[in-house]
Formats: sequence, structure tokens, C-alpha cells
Amino acid sequence: MIPLDHYLLLSAILFTMGALGVLIRRNALIIFMSIELMLNSANLAFVAFARSFEKASGQPLFSGQLFVFFVIAVAAAEVAIGLALIVAIFRIKHNVDVDQMSSLKG
Amino acid sequence: MEGIFTLVPLIVFLPVLGLLINIIFGGKMSEKAIGWLASAAAGATFVISVLLAYGLWSAHGEAVTVPFADWITIGNLHIPWTFRVDTLSVTMMLVVSGVGTLIHVYAIGYMHEDVRFKKDEKRYRRFFVFLNLFIAMMMILVSGDSYLMLFVGWEGVGLCSFLLIGFWYDMDTLGRPSWANSNAAKKAFITNRIGDFGFLLAGMTMFWAFGSVQFGEVFGLAEEIAAAQPGIIVAITLFMLIGVTGKSAQIPLYVWLPDAMAGPTPVSALIHAATMVTAGVYLIARSWPLYTLVPDAQYIVAMVGAVTALFAATIAVGQYDIKKVLAYSTISQLGFMVAAVGMGAFVAGMFHLVTHAFFKALLFLSAGSVILGLERGHHHLAHHNPLSAGAGGHEEHEEVFDPGDMRNMGGLRKRMPVTFWLYIIGTLALAGIFPFAGFWSKDEILLDAAKLHPEVFALLLTAAFFTAFYMGRQIWMVFFGEPRHEAAAHAEESPRVMTVPLMVLAGLSVLGGALNLPGVHTFGHWLEHTIEMVEHEAHLPAWLQISWGGLNPIVALASTVLALLAIYFSWLIYGRKPLAAGQKDPLKKPLGFIFTGMENKWFVDEGYWAVFVDRYVDIARFLADVVDWRFWHDWFHEKVIAGTYNWLSHIALNRYADQKGIDAFFNGLGELTKRASTSLRRLQNGFVRSYALAVLLGVVVILGYLVMR
Repeated sequence: MIPLDHYLLLSAILFTMGALGVLIRRNALIIFMSIELMLNSANLAFVAFARSFEKASGQPLFSGQLFVFFVIAVAAAEVAIGLALIVAIFRIKHNVDVDQMSSLKG
Repeated sequence: MEGIFTLVPLIVFLPVLGLLINIIFGGKMSEKAIGWLASAAAGATFVISVLLAYGLWSAHGEAVTVPFADWITIGNLHIPWTFRVDTLSVTMMLVVSGVGTLIHVYAIGYMHEDVRFKKDEKRYRRFFVFLNLFIAMMMILVSGDSYLMLFVGWEGVGLCSFLLIGFWYDMDTLGRPSWANSNAAKKAFITNRIGDFGFLLAGMTMFWAFGSVQFGEVFGLAEEIAAAQPGIIVAITLFMLIGVTGKSAQIPLYVWLPDAMAGPTPVSALIHAATMVTAGVYLIARSWPLYTLVPDAQYIVAMVGAVTALFAATIAVGQYDIKKVLAYSTISQLGFMVAAVGMGAFVAGMFHLVTHAFFKALLFLSAGSVILGLERGHHHLAHHNPLSAGAGGHEEHEEVFDPGDMRNMGGLRKRMPVTFWLYIIGTLALAGIFPFAGFWSKDEILLDAAKLHPEVFALLLTAAFFTAFYMGRQIWMVFFGEPRHEAAAHAEESPRVMTVPLMVLAGLSVLGGALNLPGVHTFGHWLEHTIEMVEHEAHLPAWLQISWGGLNPIVALASTVLALLAIYFSWLIYGRKPLAAGQKDPLKKPLGFIFTGMENKWFVDEGYWAVFVDRYVDIARFLADVVDWRFWHDWFHEKVIAGTYNWLSHIALNRYADQKGIDAFFNGLGELTKRASTSLRRLQNGFVRSYALAVLLGVVVILGYLVMR
């Protein structure tokens, strides 16, 4: 049985990688992928906690898993919209570099 | 019998009821209904007065006071509205309501035509409202039990007088657009204010000295106060005299009464001859306990009356307006009354007041009948003369025609026989011809004057001579000779509604003397219940000691002979050879400047104008131009107040408080925002990743805070 700490550590590593990816990379696609990584690290933490608390209380508890499904659904929707935006932007600018998308600055 | 006296408030409230009905419902009533309603209100007042007189007679003349309402209660000062029913007040009530009723009836006919000649039929109702108001006010005056209630009525009748003199306020006496009538009304009101001020001073002095203005209390204390401070009583009586000279038109305040003839003739008869102007005489008679204490003041009153009697009689000789002659005659006769009550001959004065009310009302109303007769004649001409009735020429051809000018009259005895005979009766009564009413009353005054003050007697006897003369002159000029104007030639007699009240008055003028016949002295005994007559049995010459039951044949004969002589003179001058049209007065040549003086009222008006009115205007102009405009407006308001304000607002508030304080604060606020945004806008660089970094850092900080807490 793998202890909870390992899951959380993995989740933290994944989240950090995702966050760094969002901050460092300029390609919009890569940034999306990094966001997915952060979302899934959170999902991992949810599921790990859910399993852990289920064991401790001895009763089946699905709230963590339920949250994960919601997150996956929302992430899917977000990706759909995000990709649509990226396609639209690519049609105008012919690249997907986020640093080029700064025409709305104050 | 006692219950009858509780009716006394009705003498005030019946006329008030009449006028209220006419105000509220009069708009939908016919002229006849309005007139008869007002007359009925006056008539009902007369009935009440008769009942009161009967009650008083059966109570042997004992004075009764009827408390009606609390009026003023301040500390110790307590002034109720109490009615006083005694022989003196009831006499006044009978005269006012009796003569008043007859004049109301007469006015039904008179005003019917007057409003049509003056072309404003809407004023018919207003006239009767004012007339009823006058009756109510006069009743308050004569029935009050205190000087203050008397003053309320005194002012009230003054107001009615003003309203009625200025009844045709937007025209002159000839009906032309002008403010002449309203100026006459103002003159009357303002002149009376001067007198009223004297009355007020009298009332205040009285309250100061006696602590009361109730008749009973004042008269009860009078002797005590007179013994302690005789000057107080002299002051009160003389202040009161000023009030009397205003209301009763005596020298020096008589000037308003001739101008008051601008009012419709029934008003001249009722207010300015029979009733209101006698209020001053009533006031002195009412205040007899005060006047009898101060012979000096009495003498002054008597002299004022006697001089007025003669002075006004001389002016009457030189007048051409039929009503002006009667107006000066009224002033003169009021002089007789004031002289009488001034001398202490209260019964004689009041007796003359009553008879004068009869015959002077008769004369005025007859004069009104004459004037309307001429108006009718003039109107008749205007509408039937084919030469002047051209197309559109209706207004222009009405040349200025004065229906009151005796020079336009003449020969009216044939055209207006009823009025003629009534006028003759009034004239004989006024001239004091035996056995008409004026003979008895005037004779009593003359006799008392002869006994008390020979100089007053001389003045009054001369005035009596002039009285007969100017009345004779008027009769010859108006009714005899040939018509001097087309209108007089076509004059028409007045309707019955006007002549019947005149006949009643004529009857009273003939028989009025019976009130106080020598030997019987009904009226004297009647008033004795109220006024104690003091008998002055000084050392009289033998001829004055003859008494035929109170009548001295020598005085009576002298006055009658003088009057007849005066009428004969007037016939010599005006009757034997009647005036022709456009001819000057035959007295003008032999009398020269004296007649000019008479004609121009001895220039008293002009004198008053030069001495008082012009100076008053000068002062007013000075106050307006210099004090008010230049000082207050130009200097004080513009420079001081507006200047200071401008300085404050421009310099202090605008430059310092506003610009440096408030503006600076808000400008600074704006500047701050601008600077803050300039530096903050650098954060908004448009790079998504820097925003993401900021979010991450924010989350880290918040989480860090939550964990570290």
C-alpha cells in the first residue's frame, strides 16, 4: 500500500512542473498542456485524499472522485474553448506565441 | 317687559344678516329683491328700536345695559361688548334706523336709475351691502357701553363713508373717467383719521387716568378726578373735540364733507347729513358728565361750533352745486348742534340733531330727485333729438353736462311739482320758519345761547340769517324762472318709490317740532333720564326772562323775522329777476372779492394744500429721493451691503477659500489619481505570463499567510 505522502509529493511535483510550464513557456499550446498538468495534479490529490479518508472512516466516500469528474469535465470545456481561441488567433497572427498577444495592454 | 331689552343685539345683527344675504345670494336676485331686502333689514332694525323705546318708556327711562360678549380681557383690563339702552342711545337708534329705512327705500328707485346713467348695473347690489353695513356700524356706535365700542362704530362708519363716497370710484361726479371721486373718498378718510387720532388720544388719556373706558365707571369717577387733576378732564374733552371736528365736520377739519358729495345722493343724505356726521354731537352729549365739569372746554366747543355755523353758511351762499350748498348747510347746522351741546344745552342740541336728520335728509333726497330729473331730461334729449342722434354720434354729442349745477336748472316747479313742494317744506324747516320742525329746535339752541354766551348767540343768529338766505337763493334758482338748460326744460318727475319716503320725511319735518313743544318738553323729559340738565339761572336781562313755557317770544320772533327777511332778500336778488342762462351771479358785482371768497370756499382747501399737503409731499419726496434712494439704496445697500458682500465673495471666499482651499484639495485628489495610475499602468503590460506569475505569487502569499498564521 503506497502511503498518502507519495501521492501528494507526486501531485506537488506535477503542479510545480505545470506552473513553471505556464510561466516559462511562450507557446500557447504548451501552456495549455501545462494547465492540464496542474489540473491533473489537483485531481491526483483529490483522489488520494478520498481513498485515504475512505480507509480511515471505513465507509465508502466518493466526494473526491466526484470532484475529479467535475474537474475533468470543466477542463475539457476549457480546452475546447481555449483551442478555438488559439485557432482564431493563429488565423490572424500566424503564430501562437503568447507574448505576441499583448495588444490589450493599458 | 325686561325681556324686550335682550333684543338689542338685533339692531346690529339684522343689518348684518341683510348684507350677508345680499352678498351671498344677491347675484341671483333681482334689483327689486336686493333693494327691498336691504330696506327690510333696516326696517326691522327700526321696529326693534321702537320696541326698545317702548320698553324704556314703560320702565320710566331707567338705563339698561345688556352684556353681549367678552371682547378684551388682558390682566385687569376687561372690556366686554355691552349694549347700552338709555334714552339717549335709543333716540339715536330711532333716528338712524328710521331715517335710514326711508333712505333705503328711496335708494331702491334712485340707484336703479343711477347705475344705468353711470353704465354699471353690477354695482347696484354693492350699494345696498354698504348701506346695510353702515346701519350696523352706526348701531354699534350708538349702542356701545364704552368709549372703545363707540370707537369701533366710529371707525366702522368712517369706513362705510369712504366706501360710499368712492362708490363711483373710477369716475368724477359727471361720470367721466377720472379718480376725482376716489380722491374725495381718500380726502374724507384721511381727514377723519386726524380726528380719530384725537379721539384715540382722548381714549388713552382716559384709560390712563380712570383705568377704564366704560361709560358708567368713567362718569362715576369723573368728579373725583376733576377735583384732583382738573387738567386731565380738559385734555380728554379737548382731544375728544378733535375727534368731533373730524367726524362732525367742524373747523378745522370740515373740508372733507363738501367733497363727500361725490357719493350717490342717498349716501349724502344718510351718512353725510342725517346720521354719521352727528356722531360727534352724540359723543359730546354722551360725555356730558365730563364736559359739564370743565366750562373752559365747553366754551371752546361752543365757539368752534358757532364759528363753523357762520363760516360754512357764508360759503353756502356762493356755491352753485345743489348738493354743495346742502353740504355747507349741513356743516353749518352741525355747528349749531356742536355749539349747543358745547354750551351744555344737550337737549337743544339733540333735538336739533333729530329734526335736522328729518329735514336735511328730505332736502338731500329731494336734491337727488332734482338731479335725476335733470338726468332724465338730458337722457331724453340725447335719444330724441334728431339732429344729434346721427349715426355713431351717440357718444360724442353728450357734451359735459352737470345735472347738479343750479345754473343749469330753473323753472323746475312745473316739471317736478312733487319734488318742488317737498323741497319747499325742507327749506322752510331748515330756515326755521314757524311752525316747521327746524323752528323749534333752532330756537331752543338760540335761546340757550342767548342765556349762556352772547357771542355764540350773535354768531348763530347771523348764521341763521345766512341759512335762510342761501336756501331761498337755491329755491329761486332751481324751481323758479325759466329753464336755463334744455335738460331742465325736459326734466321728469321721480317715481313713487322715491317720492313716498320723501313725503314721510316731509311729514316729519313739519311735525318734528312736536317732539319738544314749549310747555310740554316731551323730548327734554325723555333725555332727562340720561342727561342731567344743569340750570344756569345767572343774572339774565329782563327780556330773556320771559318764558312762554320755555319759549322766549323775543328770541323766536327775532330769528323768524331774520329768516323771513333773508328769504325776502333772496327773492329780491334771485327771485324777482330770475337768472338767465350764462348770466353771472347777481351778487358777484356788488360783493366783489367777498363773493369770490364765498365762491371759492374762502380758499381754505388751497390754504390747507399749501400749508400741509404740499409740505407733506415735499417731506415725502425728500424721504423718497434723498433718504430712501440716495442714502439707503445708493449708499447703504449698494456700497455698504452689496460692496461688502462682493468683496467677501470675490476676495475672501473666491480667491482664498474656494480657489486655494477647496479647488486645491480636489485638484490634488485628481493629480494623485493620475500619478498613481501612471505608475500602476506599468503592471498592465499585456503579457499573459506576467499576469499568471502575479496570480501565482498572490496565491502563494495568501496561502503562506494562512499557513503561517
